[in-house]
Parts: sequence; structure tokens; C-alpha cells
Amino acid sequence: MASGLCAGTRPDAFALEGSTAEPVEPHPQPDDDLLDVADSCPALAITVLDEDDNEIGPRP
Amino acid sequence: MSTPHDYPFNSSDGLDLDEEYTKARDGDGMIKVRLPYGEPAWLATRYDDVRLVLGDRRFSRAAAAERDEPRSRAGRQRGGILAMDPPDHTRLRVLAAKAFTVRRVEQLRPRVREVTAELITAMRDAGPPVDLVDSFALPLPVRVICELLGVPTEDQSRFRVWSDAALSTSSLSAEEFVRNQRELREYMAGLIAQRRARPEQDFMTALIQARDVDDKLSEKEMIDLCAGILVAGHETTATQIPNFVYLLTNHPDRMAELRANPDRIPAAVEELLRYVPLGSGSGFARYATEDVEVGGVLVRAGEPVLVSIGSANRDERKFAAPDEMSFHRESNSHMGFGHGAHHCLGAPLARVELQEALRGLLAELPGLHVAGDIEWKSHMVVRGPRRMPVAW
Repeated sequence: MASGLCAGTRPDAFALEGSTAEPVEPHPQPDDDLLDVADSCPALAITVLDEDDNEIGPRP
Repeated sequence: MSTPHDYPFNSSDGLDLDEEYTKARDGDGMIKVRLPYGEPAWLATRYDDVRLVLGDRRFSRAAAAERDEPRSRAGRQRGGILAMDPPDHTRLRVLAAKAFTVRRVEQLRPRVREVTAELITAMRDAGPPVDLVDSFALPLPVRVICELLGVPTEDQSRFRVWSDAALSTSSLSAEEFVRNQRELREYMAGLIAQRRARPEQDFMTALIQARDVDDKLSEKEMIDLCAGILVAGHETTATQIPNFVYLLTNHPDRMAELRANPDRIPAAVEELLRYVPLGSGSGFARYATEDVEVGGVLVRAGEPVLVSIGSANRDERKFAAPDEMSFHRESNSHMGFGHGAHHCLGAPLARVELQEALRGLLAELPGLHVAGDIEWKSHMVVRGPRRMPVAW
């Protein structure tokens, strides 16, 4: 979908590469804001994992 | 700096993209424009420039509150999610976004299909000609957003007046505009009070919970968000349905292609979203918070930039044969829903509604055609038929 929502909201964490977005760092420290971005991605294309690789976002 | 162009360019009769846009894209790309009200602004007309301005945090919507924002009407829209920047904007957006994700909206598809079928049956029972706007294009998204949000559908005649006013340009005085906004807010505040007393399974109840239990937003923010979703949640889809039908009847080969291959409907919806220059002009200027170079032009800190999505979507630097309608584009990253932090919240729902509307109309009404004079909306932010008689 490439809405640009994530990169427009958290440019420090996401960058648009052509028509998709990529994380700026492969393993960023999850924070509440990142969870918010994952929750609001219209395509639900962002998954947030904790240190033990458990999925913590998007939240149900 | 050269003399600004008078703006907007597009005529409200029809859906053509004014040739001034082609000139601008082939010329400087970024041009200076003056709207009927507010200060002069830059206008981005090329795809890459529009994408930069909408996607880059150095451009602010919130900064507009302090300025004489360029606009097509005397009145000013105050508050609302489109007047905010991240992270404040994100706090509200996340509350609303959950109701509109692809997954949630897919669950609504059967209901959208059901409403579509009911409306088409009623059109058939009435017999041609019928006004596609009044009998189909408006009631479909109105019913869906009302059910989702928790607004009584039978109040349509009341909120349609406020909704029309919210999207009008020059036809209202500043006082009339403000009065309509106030009435819509009061109406929404009344509904919220009812919902507080009697919770339901709807978005409004979820938002009340977010406010009263989790303190995620203020009362005013909640009212503005519900009002915004009610208006934005139906007006554009209601306008695009007749626009799409109008363009397909003008492109009989494309119409025949879709009838023969209904599986191309999703691609057709994306192409039509790209192809239709929906806006009569442009609004919601972004203010540069520092000096930014856009398409070879230096935008100074404090200067407002408008974008033309209609022009960007026809930029030959991005799309091959941009003025041709093709349902076979490899990638169609149009900006029909905008881009960046303010990318249309309801895009997944709009897609489902537009797909189901086309699917129903093409399958159930063979020979669908425009049967009489189209009355176009005038003095409105979005362009499209106000009345469009059709037969089949």
C-alpha cells in the first residue's frame, strides 16, 4: 500500500524505499510510539517483536 | 519571485485536469499560487515533490493555525486531526486506525455487499431513469459509516447539510461556515451523551471508553474525531462512485473489459483513484519548519506549500502514458488517498465500498449508461455529479 504513514510519523524508525517502507535499524528498541505506528498501519504490515522474539504489536 | 497564479485551476463541470498543471509540471514544477483567501503559497505539481511535502516531517500542518492559511473559502476549519502533527496526531490516529485496518474492513465486506444489493434492487423496482447519486452513491457509504460509527442513518437529512457545508468553498460566508461546524459538533456531542448512558457495539462507544477509562483524548478531540469520520467517511466515496461510473461510460472499452473480467475490479478502482483529479483545487497547506529544497526550489522556513494530487497522479515522470486509463499497470502507487502521516484513515473502507459498488452495478445492471444531463457540484472541495440520471 505504501501509505507512507510510518515514515511520515517516525522518520527515525522507518524509511520509504521505492514503494515499500523499511525499518531504519533492523532491531530497534520497541517503544510505545512504535507500537502506535504498528497499530495504525492501514495494511497491518508492521510487526513489533520483543527481545525474546515474541510478537507484541500490532496490538489486537 | 514571479506573480502568483490565480488558483484553483480546475473547472467544476467535469473531471478534466486543467492544462495549467501540465504546463507547471513541464516548467518549474513548483509554482506560486494565490487562492481566494489567505496568503500566497507554493504549489507542488510533480509526483516526487508532492510525495516529499506530504511525507516529510519538516512540513507541518499544525503551524497553519498561527497563519493566514491559503484557502478557497472565507471560513477556517479549526481543530481536527488534519490540523495536527505527530506525535499529537499519532495519539488520535491510533485510536481511530484500529477500526479501519484492512483486516477489520474486510469483515465489513459482506455487509457492504448486502447494502449494495438492496440499493440496486430498489433502483430496479423504481425503474429507469434514476439518479445514481441519490439512490445509490450516497446511501451506500452513509449507511456503512453510520453503522460503524453509531450514528442513526435516519438523521441523514440533518448531517448531510453540515457535511455539504464542511466541504463547500465559496458559497458560504465565514459565519455560516462556523455555524454549520458548531451545529455538527453539537449534534455529535448529543449522540456521545446518549452512548455514554447506553453503550453499544460501535466505534463511538469504543472511543468513549478510550476517553473515560484510559484518558487517551479530550472531550473536544473525541467530538471532532467523530464528526470528521462521519463527514470524511461518506462524502468522498459518494462522490467517487458516480465519477467512476461516468468515466467508465466515457470509456466503453474499459467498461466492457471490467464486465468480462470482474477480477480486474480492484485494479480498476486503483486506476480510477489515480485517474480522477477529485479536488477542485487544494487545501491543507503544509508549512516548512526549516528551509527545504523541493524539486530544485528552495522553500524557506515559514512558507506554505500546497500539493496537487490530481497533477501528481498524471505525472509522466512517474506513470507511463499517464492520461490513459489502464487496468494493467504493474505498480500503481497513486496518491489518491494522499501520503504520509495524514494518508486517508478510511482508505481500506473506501476501497471495499468502491469495489463492491462497481461489482454490483456492473453485474446487476447490464447496459448501465448516463441517461440525461449531469448536474455537477459547484463550489465544493471535491468534484463530481450532484445529480446523474442513469438507465440500464
